[in-house]
Amino acid sequence: MGFSGGYSGFRVFKEGLFGQKGWKPAWRDPDPKPEYDIVVIGGGGHGLATAFYLAKEHGLTNVAVLEKGYIGGGNVGRNTTIVRANYFLPGNSEFYSHSLKLWEGMEHELNYNVMHSQRGLINLFHSDGQRDAFVRRGNAMVNQGDDAILLDREGVRDHLPYLDFDTARFPIYGGLYHPRGGTARHDAVAWGYARGADRRGVDLIQNCEVTGIDTENGKVRGVQTTRGAIRAGKVAIVTAGRSGQVAAMAGMRLPIESHVLQAFVTEGLKPVIDHVVSFGMGHFYISQSDKGGLVFGGDLDFHASYASRGNLPMAEHVMEAAMTLMPAIGKARVLRSWGGIMDMTPDGSPIIDKTDTEGLFIDCGWCYGGFKAVPGSGFSLAHLIATGRHHDPAAKFRLDRFRTGRGLMDEEGTGSQHNLH
Amino acid sequence: MRIPCPLCGPRDRREFTYQGAAAMLDRPAPDAGAAAWDDYLHNRDNPCGETRDLWFHEAGCGAWLVVTRDTATHAVMTAKLAEKGAS
Repeated sequence: MGFSGGYSGFRVFKEGLFGQKGWKPAWRDPDPKPEYDIVVIGGGGHGLATAFYLAKEHGLTNVAVLEKGYIGGGNVGRNTTIVRANYFLPGNSEFYSHSLKLWEGMEHELNYNVMHSQRGLINLFHSDGQRDAFVRRGNAMVNQGDDAILLDREGVRDHLPYLDFDTARFPIYGGLYHPRGGTARHDAVAWGYARGADRRGVDLIQNCEVTGIDTENGKVRGVQTTRGAIRAGKVAIVTAGRSGQVAAMAGMRLPIESHVLQAFVTEGLKPVIDHVVSFGMGHFYISQSDKGGLVFGGDLDFHASYASRGNLPMAEHVMEAAMTLMPAIGKARVLRSWGGIMDMTPDGSPIIDKTDTEGLFIDCGWCYGGFKAVPGSGFSLAHLIATGRHHDPAAKFRLDRFRTGRGLMDEEGTGSQHNLH
Repeated sequence: MRIPCPLCGPRDRREFTYQGAAAMLDRPAPDAGAAAWDDYLHNRDNPCGETRDLWFHEAGCGAWLVVTRDTATHAVMTAKLAEKGAS
């Protein structure tokens, strides 16, 4: 049964009979060893998934994950929990398709309930031009082997009767329905991967901030941390919004600018929103958590920020969009808002690659879409670290695409420039 | 956030459009080479703390400003006209 024991319905029943006294911590809290084969910097979703797949897929267990705070305390616990594979461009399309397949097997693979709920995602459109773009996107998704259904206005009404169809400034023409899209419990994803990695022998070291990266003759030798030096032949930087600071320790400047993205949650309500819905005209999307809170957000505040909180202009904009789309939401009370630090790339697509320093890998640039990528990113980075070859679905996430101009993935079609995504 | 525009005085952040790091002012020579241009266009120091970035007073005087501010706290220290060579 291992350290924390297996989880099952029977176990829940048994523990219920005996006062819940049999539960143990789900992972160890080890001190760092002086040397590992592989060090993963960053104990967020991507870092934990990387460690898990290194152990599970490649049998590499002499691995440490270094987390400066605590497991689940970063962006993996600060997002809006949406899981989808509705990307358009080659590169993104196959990656998110693979990631969604991993999501679908995740609970079985981890023996952990991550509350993955494929409740369906509907992207609304509000003009003929938007419809054309979504038809094209839907076809790309179907060609990739994923699911997409074009809904007309009445089709949307069948699913989402509570929207304002008639008086809105931007009338609803229809929507692109992605039935396999949905949500998951974000903390549970971090905890599930943490437990899975730990049980396979990975050391998860919390309260351990990396303060330096040691290199010698162009090769990585290890890291300096607040808990001492750790030697390692391979080091992966998986630090999302802090990627710039960590990469600077290895003398790198990244094509990353960190921005703040806000999100909001209301008090718990009875079930009202069954899907994930995005509003095509106002940078707004919403779903309802299993606890009942309406979870919603909008666009970036659009200036570089590490403040982990947003400003009122974007909060106001998001509320306006919410009221435009579904006036009933005005009755709900907002419980809290927060901001995450987004590692924005010029083209809005991520990076999973080697660096110029041998043995040093980087996984960053997830912009505001990192949560759905957790399993795919971990799987592909683990593949790259273990084999030295790019994993096919992530093979286009190259660091040098900005320098060469080859393989830019500008999903929004706005240009490969920092302030445009 | 309020930005103290040298021409208009302190104005709401909503009047301004953000461009990015003030390093954009240091444009390489046309023949500086691919690496210099890549660095200029894409790579950023991306500091957590004091930074200098470019803002356009779109709904005001139309000036380009170099704003010194803190990315960790959103405090705005100074704003200077970019044309005055604030780089």
